[in-house]
Amino acid sequence: MGRVNFKIWRGDATGEFKEYATEITEGLVVLDAVHQIQAESANDLACRWNCKAGKCGSCGAEVNGHPRLMCMTRMNDVLAETPPGAAVTIRPMQAFKPMRDLVVDVSWNFEAKKKIKPFKPRKPDAADGTWRMAQTDVDRVQEFRKCIECFLCQNVCHVLRDHRKHDEFIGPRLLVYAAALEMHPLDVEDRTTDLKDAHGIGYCNITKCCTKVCPEHITITDNAIIPLKERVVDKHYDPVGSLWRWFHSPEKPSDGAVK
Amino acid sequence: MGEYQTHEHDVLVIGAGGAGLRAAIEAAAAGVSVGLVCKSLLGKAHTVMAEGGLAAALANVDERDSWKIHFADTMRGGQYLNNSRMAELHAKEAPACVHELESWGALFDRTHDGRILQRNFGGHAYPRLAHVGDRTGLEMIRTLQDHGIHQGIDVHMECTIVDLLKEGDRVVGAFGYDRERGRFRVFKAKAIVLATGGIGRAFKITSNSWEYTGDGHSLAYHAGADLMDMEFIQFHPTGMVWPPSVRGILVTEGVRGEGGVLKNSKGERFMFSDIPDNYKKSTSDTPEEGWRYVMGDKNARRPPELLTRDHVARCIRREVREGRGSPHGGVYLDISWIKEHFPNATEHIKKKLPSMYHQFMQLANIDITREPMEVGPTTHYVMGGVRVEGDTQMSTVPGLFAAGECAAGLHGANRLGGNSLSDLLVFGKRAGASAAKFAKEHGAGKLDPLAVDTAAMKALEPMHRDAGENPYLIQQDLQEMMQAKVGIVRQELELHEAVGEIAKLQARADKASAYGNREYNPGWHTALDLKCLLTVSEISARAALERKESRGAHTREDFPDKVDEWGKYNLVVRRGKDGEMVVEKAPVMPLRDDLKKVVEENK
Repeated sequence: MGRVNFKIWRGDATGEFKEYATEITEGLVVLDAVHQIQAESANDLACRWNCKAGKCGSCGAEVNGHPRLMCMTRMNDVLAETPPGAAVTIRPMQAFKPMRDLVVDVSWNFEAKKKIKPFKPRKPDAADGTWRMAQTDVDRVQEFRKCIECFLCQNVCHVLRDHRKHDEFIGPRLLVYAAALEMHPLDVEDRTTDLKDAHGIGYCNITKCCTKVCPEHITITDNAIIPLKERVVDKHYDPVGSLWRWFHSPEKPSDGAVK
Repeated sequence: MGEYQTHEHDVLVIGAGGAGLRAAIEAAAAGVSVGLVCKSLLGKAHTVMAEGGLAAALANVDERDSWKIHFADTMRGGQYLNNSRMAELHAKEAPACVHELESWGALFDRTHDGRILQRNFGGHAYPRLAHVGDRTGLEMIRTLQDHGIHQGIDVHMECTIVDLLKEGDRVVGAFGYDRERGRFRVFKAKAIVLATGGIGRAFKITSNSWEYTGDGHSLAYHAGADLMDMEFIQFHPTGMVWPPSVRGILVTEGVRGEGGVLKNSKGERFMFSDIPDNYKKSTSDTPEEGWRYVMGDKNARRPPELLTRDHVARCIRREVREGRGSPHGGVYLDISWIKEHFPNATEHIKKKLPSMYHQFMQLANIDITREPMEVGPTTHYVMGGVRVEGDTQMSTVPGLFAAGECAAGLHGANRLGGNSLSDLLVFGKRAGASAAKFAKEHGAGKLDPLAVDTAAMKALEPMHRDAGENPYLIQQDLQEMMQAKVGIVRQELELHEAVGEIAKLQARADKASAYGNREYNPGWHTALDLKCLLTVSEISARAALERKESRGAHTREDFPDKVDEWGKYNLVVRRGKDGEMVVEKAPVMPLRDDLKKVVEENK
C-alpha cells in the first residue's frame, strides 16, 4: 500500500491538523498507523489505547469524520473511502472537551453513571443463597452488557454533541446501562422516575445515530432506549395505569399523571 | 519537600483490574479509606481481555467436581511448585466469589435448570469455567466497577506510580504522576496493595496491552521485596499470527473447549502424538472420544487440545519448526468442523464465541464458522511475581501486599486457563481485607521528603535531556531481544547474552529523552516505563538462567528434562545490599498431609 499521508489533530481545542506520513503494509489498522507515527515522528502524540482487539473501548476517534475504534478499523477500508491524493484525517471525538491530540475528557460519563441507582437483587431463590435464571432472560440483558464503554454513541448523540445537554441527559451509553439494570432478571430497583426526570430520556428522539456507530452492534435505540421510554410512559403518562396504581399502592405515587 | 498534590488514604490500591477493584471493594467494606490508582480509565484494565471464563468448582455441570479436584488440577498444572496454601484457598473460596459476583449483577451463561453454566478448559478435570460467551473478563470487570463506584472509593484515573516510599522497612506511600497534566502526585498510605498485572510488554509477540510493563513487580523489587518464579512466563498457545499487525492477539482457549481442534499443514491432529505421561490417563486417544467429551459424555476423556498451555504451545512450536506449519508460521485451529456434528453449528459458534467471530472477521477477513484460524504462541501471563504470604497476601515488606498476576504462588510453573479470573477475586479480596487490617493496626508513617524530591527529579530527567535516544526504539529493541532470547525455548548462551543486552539497553534508557510538554505525553511515559520493563526483564532472564531444567512454562533446550531436585525449589529474586540482583533457591512450601492425600487421590 506504500506511504500514506495523515492529518492528525494536535493540541487542545485551539489546536490544528498536522501532517504525517507513514508506511502502510497489509493488514494494518488505523491504531497501528498512529503508533508508527508516534514511534517515528511524533513521540508525544497523545492517544488512548489498551487492548488493540476491540474489547476495552479506549481508542475511539473520528477517522475521516466517522467515529470508530481505531484498533478495529483496517487501513485498506479507510484508504478505499479516502479520495485519491487526500490525507486520512484523524481527530478526537467531538462531543467531549478536548484535552490533547486524540485524547478527550470523558470523565463526565463516569460521573453521570454514579447517579444511576445501582443493581439491587431480589432475595436468593435457593437456600444456598444462589439464584436461578433462564438463559433467554439472560440473553436479553447480555446484549447490553457487551458494551465496552467506548463512548462513540455518546459522541454522535446530537443531544450531547450539538445541544450539549450533558447536565440533563445521560446519553445512549448510560441508557443502555440503565436498561441492563432495569431488565436484569434479578433487579428489583425502579429507575423509571429517574429516567424521566434526572436522566432526561425524553430528549432522545430516536434518530438511531448511536446504534449505527456501536462497535459491539448493540441495538441501542430499539432494544434499550425504546423499551425504557415505554416503561416511563406506562408509569407516568398512562392515566388508567396511574389511577390503578394510586388505588392499589400502599405508598401513593409522589408524582406522575395523577396528583 | 517540594509542593506536590498530596492524597491520603488508609489503603492505596495500585491497579484497577479484577484484583485491584476486588481489593479496593473489600478494604472499603472494612471501613477504611481507600484510594485506587489506575494507569488507564476505570474499566479498561487488562481484565477486559480475559475471554474463556472463571474457574470454580461449583459442580453445576458435573456433580463429581469439588474443591479437592480443582486443587489437585491446579497443583498438577503448576508442576507442584505452587504455594499449596494459596492453591487450597483458591479452590475452596472461588465458588463463593463467583456467587458474590452474581449478587453484584454479573450475568453468567446458564444451565438448563437456571444455574451458572460451566465449560471445559485445559487441565481442568471437569467443566469448571463460569463464563459469558467469550467475554467473561469484561463481565467481571464491569460488575466490579459498577459495584465499586458506590463504595466510597477514591479513584485516581490515568495516574502512574513510579516509586514506593518507605519509612524504615515499611511502605508508607507512593509517588507518581497523572498522565493528563503530567503533575506529580504523592500518596500517603498505611498499606499498599499492588495489583498491576503482568509483564507481557517486555516481549514482541504478546496478547498484553501497553499497561503490562511490570510496574508492580518492579516497584516491589526496588522497595526490597522478594519476587518469585519469574522464570515462568506463560506463552498462550493460540494467538493470532496474521495479519502481522494483529500478531499476538489472543484466541481464547474456549475455542478448544467448545470443540476446536489443532491441525498442521498436513491436516493431522498433531496433539494426539505427544501426550505427557501424567496426563495419559485423563486424555482421549481418539478424535471420536474427544468429541464425546466436548459433548458432555462423562465417561469420555479430554481431547489432547485441552492439555495444559505450556505443552500445547511447545507442540505448536515443534510443528512449525519441523515444517508442518501454516503459511504465516502458525498452525490451524478449526472450530468450523463441528458442522459435521451439529445442524446449527454456525449459530452455535457465533453464540459461544462472539468476540472471536468478530475479531477474525474484522481483522483478518476470516469467517471462523467456515474456515480454520491460523494461530501460534503469544506471551500471555507471568506466573511469577511478588512473593506473598498465602493467607494475607503480604509481601516480605511490611505494609506491602500483592494480588492477581503481579503476585506469585498460586500457579507454580504453569497456570491453568480460568484460574486467573478466580485468582483475582479470591486473592484480591484477601489482599484488600489484610491491607485494611494492617492499616487499622498501624498508624500513618512519615514520608521522607528527600526521597520524594529525588523521585520527582528522576522522573523529569527524560524531559530535561536534549537529543537523547527515542524511548520507543529502546522499547522495541528490548522486546525483540526478549522474544529471541528469553522466549518459549531457552538456552544458557542466549540467556547470558540477554543479561548483557539488558545492561546495554539500561545504559541507553538512562540517556533516553522525551520532547514536548508534560501533558499526556506518551513519549515521556514510555521513557519512564523502561525502568520497569528492564527490571522485570533482567529478573526473568536471570531466573531462567538459574533453573537448569525444563518444567512447566520454562523450557531449556540444553536441559530438556524435568529434574526432581529442581522440583524442590522456587527461585527467589531480590535486590541485594549493594543494589545487585540476587537470585536464590527457596524450598517449595511443604504440602500438608491432608493436601498430600488429595493430590495422591487425584493423580
